[in-house]
Amino acid sequence: MDTKRTVFPSQGLPYLLVAPQLIITLIFFIWPAGQAVKSSFEREDPFGLSTSFVGLMHYGRLFQDPAYLASMGRTALFALAVTVISMGLALVLATAVNRLIRSGTAYSTLLLWPYAVSPVVAGILWWFIFNSTTGILPYVLEFFGVDWNHQLNGGQAMILIIIAASWKQISYNFLFFLAGLQSVPQSLNEAAAIDGAGPFKRFWTIVFPLLSPTTFFLMIVNLNYTMFDTFGVIDATTAGGPNQATNTLVYKVYSDGYIGLNLGSSSAQSVILMLFVIVLTVIQFRYVERRVQY
Amino acid sequence: MVENRPWLTFLTHFVLILGVIIVVFPVYIAVIAATHGPTALSSGMMPMLPGAELWNNVVQVWTEDRRGVAPFWLMAWNSLWMAIIITVGKIAISIISAYAIVYFRFPGRVLAFWLIFITLMLPVEVRIIPTFAVVANLGMLNSYVGLTLPLIASATATFLFRQFFMTIPDELMEAARVDGAGPIKFFRDILLPLSRTNIAALCVILFIYGWMQYLWPMLVTTDPKYYTLMMGVKRMAAVADADPQWNIIMAAVVMAMLPPVLIVIFMQRLFVKGLVETEK
Repeated sequence: MDTKRTVFPSQGLPYLLVAPQLIITLIFFIWPAGQAVKSSFEREDPFGLSTSFVGLMHYGRLFQDPAYLASMGRTALFALAVTVISMGLALVLATAVNRLIRSGTAYSTLLLWPYAVSPVVAGILWWFIFNSTTGILPYVLEFFGVDWNHQLNGGQAMILIIIAASWKQISYNFLFFLAGLQSVPQSLNEAAAIDGAGPFKRFWTIVFPLLSPTTFFLMIVNLNYTMFDTFGVIDATTAGGPNQATNTLVYKVYSDGYIGLNLGSSSAQSVILMLFVIVLTVIQFRYVERRVQY
Repeated sequence: MVENRPWLTFLTHFVLILGVIIVVFPVYIAVIAATHGPTALSSGMMPMLPGAELWNNVVQVWTEDRRGVAPFWLMAWNSLWMAIIITVGKIAISIISAYAIVYFRFPGRVLAFWLIFITLMLPVEVRIIPTFAVVANLGMLNSYVGLTLPLIASATATFLFRQFFMTIPDELMEAARVDGAGPIKFFRDILLPLSRTNIAALCVILFIYGWMQYLWPMLVTTDPKYYTLMMGVKRMAAVADADPQWNIIMAAVVMAMLPPVLIVIFMQRLFVKGLVETEK
């Protein structure tokens, strides 16, 4: 890792400068993570007086627990659906904005601001729209013969959180796709046009392949987002229900640990999720670093 | 544009207008709901055009005490402070640690870098209970310190500053040293002014980040005195099933989401810069 060619000769100062960051990291990040790992191998008696080492018991139980496996499947479905929907819509919108010269910025502004809507507010907004008593969409859906009640119907609850989470993520993906599109050299497009390729052909054979680093980067970021940042969306809409239908892995860590006080199992779940983030982060930094070169 | 295709231009605008409608729709509904009286919303079909009660609803949100939550002004105050402390704290500690990592060679430098890197891999969602336990043991529950300090460590901001410092010509620092400037003076008089745009861009991103926090404040506050807006509106919405005052709740929700949205709209350049650069 590089420093400058010449550096300041100083003994104590650099330690003083990194100290605040490192102290906070150690106390609030590394120590708790270590505790989570430690207590995932332990069992605490109901009064919290003593703990005993139980090895991989919590992990073993988790992987035999149908509820946990179901939650894994649900999380995968949720993450995949949100990633595909929000990236797909964002790519279409970014491509459209990129075609425009004058009105592009106005559209961008109108598409970007939902980034600033927090997940929990996004959840409340969509919950209100789909609310079975006053919501507008159940009213509309009734004409199509759909009886909407996400408080009873697990599939509909899943659709609700997918819509809310995707809606919130469109602007982020839009921004990065637009940046990616703008760095595609115009000369390539023009050369292909002269050779007689139409706009759709140009998009699929030139623009889309050149966009692949952005697409890959966004896939990783979106998986990360749906796994971890959608807690607020779920808490505000379905709170994991009905009947666990929207209990994703992260929400389960919270509901088992903080509400259910099942510490050992919750810690084991935390550790599994940590491994997941580590893999995603390594992929992101190992392979995505090069995405800015065209 | 490569060639002129009127139907494609038409399609472009059509797609974009549709996209904008999708994006605006939920907020439009919320704003409409916030402009009506209590009866308009509970009578079955929700109106699609604005009513005349917006001002009354807003006044009611700001003045009325509600069950289960703190007064609105207090939650807004808490959210504001939380966002500001997180923004300032993150920028302060990450700019100095990036400075140490780039402009000094000291034993443990690489270790420090990796420890900071690891924070990327440990989002609060995966270590809810133990982090809560640490904060509880330190007696930080129900305090601004507990709300903000654990969120202040930031690998992304440190990386951003590190990357930026690496692009500053070495000669600048050598010249400063020849002229007799020490590390503190160089940092204060040369590096900080050069980092101004980066700091501003980060301010925008981090303020939004701080304002949006939901899970963490919910864990560490039990005293309504420290509730933030994000928690508050969620709690108001949660009791709405029993006592639906949708117009009031939606007025509160719209006001709670307004500050960061306005920041994105009016500081779009900085926002885009901050978002694109921190993710690099």
